Amino acid sequence: MSACALRVFLQRAAVTRKAAHQTFSQTRAFPQCVTGSYTHSRGINTLTNSLRAEEKVTVHFLNRDGKRISVKALTGESLLDIVVNNDLDILDIGACEGTLACSTCHLIFEEAVYKKLGRISDEEMDMLDLAYGLTDTSRLGCQVCLRKDLDGMILHVPDVISDARVDSEKESSTAPPKV
Amino acid sequence: MLTGVRGLSSSSGPRVCIVGGGPAGFYTAQQLLKARQDAAVDIYERLPVPFGLVRFGVAPDHPEVKNVINTFTQTAQHERCSFHGNVNVGKDVTIDELRQAYHAVVLSYGAEGNRSMGIPGEDLPGVFSAKDFVGWYNGLPSNKELHPDLSFETAVILGQGNVALDVARILLAPVEMLKETDITQNALEALAGSKVRRVLIVGRRGPLQIACTIKELREMVNLPNTRADMLPADFEGIAEALKDLPRPRKRLTELMMKAVKEGGDDKAEKCWGLRFFRSPVEVLAGADEKRAAGIRLALNKLEGSGESVRAEVTGQLEDVDCGLIISSIGYKSIPIDPAVPFDPRRAIVPNEMGRVQDTAGLYCSGWVKRGPTGVIATTMNDSFDTARVLIQDMEAGKLDLSVNKPGAQAITALLQTRGVRMVLFSQWEKINAEEEKRGKSLGKAREKLLDVDEMLKIRNVFISIFF
Repeated sequence: MSACALRVFLQRAAVTRKAAHQTFSQTRAFPQCVTGSYTHSRGINTLTNSLRAEEKVTVHFLNRDGKRISVKALTGESLLDIVVNNDLDILDIGACEGTLACSTCHLIFEEAVYKKLGRISDEEMDMLDLAYGLTDTSRLGCQVCLRKDLDGMILHVPDVISDARVDSEKESSTAPPKV
Repeated sequence: MLTGVRGLSSSSGPRVCIVGGGPAGFYTAQQLLKARQDAAVDIYERLPVPFGLVRFGVAPDHPEVKNVINTFTQTAQHERCSFHGNVNVGKDVTIDELRQAYHAVVLSYGAEGNRSMGIPGEDLPGVFSAKDFVGWYNGLPSNKELHPDLSFETAVILGQGNVALDVARILLAPVEMLKETDITQNALEALAGSKVRRVLIVGRRGPLQIACTIKELREMVNLPNTRADMLPADFEGIAEALKDLPRPRKRLTELMMKAVKEGGDDKAEKCWGLRFFRSPVEVLAGADEKRAAGIRLALNKLEGSGESVRAEVTGQLEDVDCGLIISSIGYKSIPIDPAVPFDPRRAIVPNEMGRVQDTAGLYCSGWVKRGPTGVIATTMNDSFDTARVLIQDMEAGKLDLSVNKPGAQAITALLQTRGVRMVLFSQWEKINAEEEKRGKSLGKAREKLLDVDEMLKIRNVFISIFF
């Protein structure tokens, strides 16, 4: 198993443990990633999957600056896990650490790929509704787990609201929520 | 403007001061540290404890929203960042003194006031701002003596944003749902003995203008042992409007309509309802004239369309009997220091993309910059914007980095001569550990310390052990 995966797993397990101590209901939002005949939750699957070297799949992130980031990742990992575990240069993503309490891991899928994804829960849809630049093929990365049949998919990282941008383009149909 | 000649001061890079240790302050710091490997960032916070509304605003039953604290902790522990708690900027140290000690100062102190309803009877006992009520159950030291009287059957909340729904949910949630959270023990006990059974959440405009988001509404709909009590008349014409709505607004409206139709279990002990087209005009006192016993609402009609729909009075009035009135119509920033420009109408610091108007070297981020709306992620994006603008100004030479600035050294020396007892992050960690320990013995995530003096005592214990 790679040292990186082990380190990340231990770090995230430590964060999860510490956070779980303070936040007892945190686990309720972890996606159930079903691969083969077993179900496992985020964190554990990083360790067990890295032991199964044959399940690597390529994923391309089309970043906000137009650059493409390609990474080989393990099936079973959530797309947010992939960004975090591989330390990808995608900023400001995963503020709530994958617990369906924000929309910062918003990703836009190709239509054909989107149709293949698992069912979207009401809870995910509720948070997705708050995402800037929401599209019909949007999902939250923390709720989508990588599978073999998603090999080669391209994920578009959408822009976030930013007044510093000179050309403020598309107005989202979703106004930012008020507290 | 001199282009920064940093030869003399290259050993000490830009020094930035951030006023306010909540999400805006921490996210601004995070971005600055990342963008400049030579920047040192100091955060000053009025309370001994950090994290602002993440600690004092987010509802106790939303612990996952507080995960951002992990990121903030990492920022505070960064070698080029230092946190100074229990420092009241504006009183213990002035903005001018900070501007002298730092290359740039960022105001991220949020909105500690609240908008008032501006109606007669608002000051009667039994009327609270949501800010204070939330502060009470979340352990904000200045709200620990609130003692809201929960012995009345009906509570009326004015405002229909997420804060209003949080208050309604905390008032009606079964105690089992709350007893393992970080809600304060005295709030938990008060709620366990509460007689409140009916909560009305009142808004000026109609269902299509409701400001809350769907997650919070769904939590009300799913609340155990409660049923929804809506007025079908408030929803006239709404079904027809559904098809033209964007998806988020459509789903939110559909959920409300489902609640109107289904209502819920008639045997449920408690109920909650949304009331639309109603504005408060007077708080009515009881027969003894000593406390609130009801609220008088004016009925509105809507004029205009789309985003600019307005409520206009019809002249009709409606009285609602209630013993608890909570006004949740918005937080409000206040001026921190006479040296800082302030727009009293919008209640923000006037700025252009985070650069404070007419004041070089002064910036702002978060609610004090944009107004008190938005979730944590909104503030995150906004803070990153301010940080980027500040970095741009550094690189364009708009801030003179060639001048050596003493930073925290000078300010902490000044504070010491003034008898201010600062709390460093490592000392907060001691307070944090104590809160977790006390919580554990009560079966809770934590038991917050409510008293600034007690927090400072814990900090002192830490000092005396190690020095």
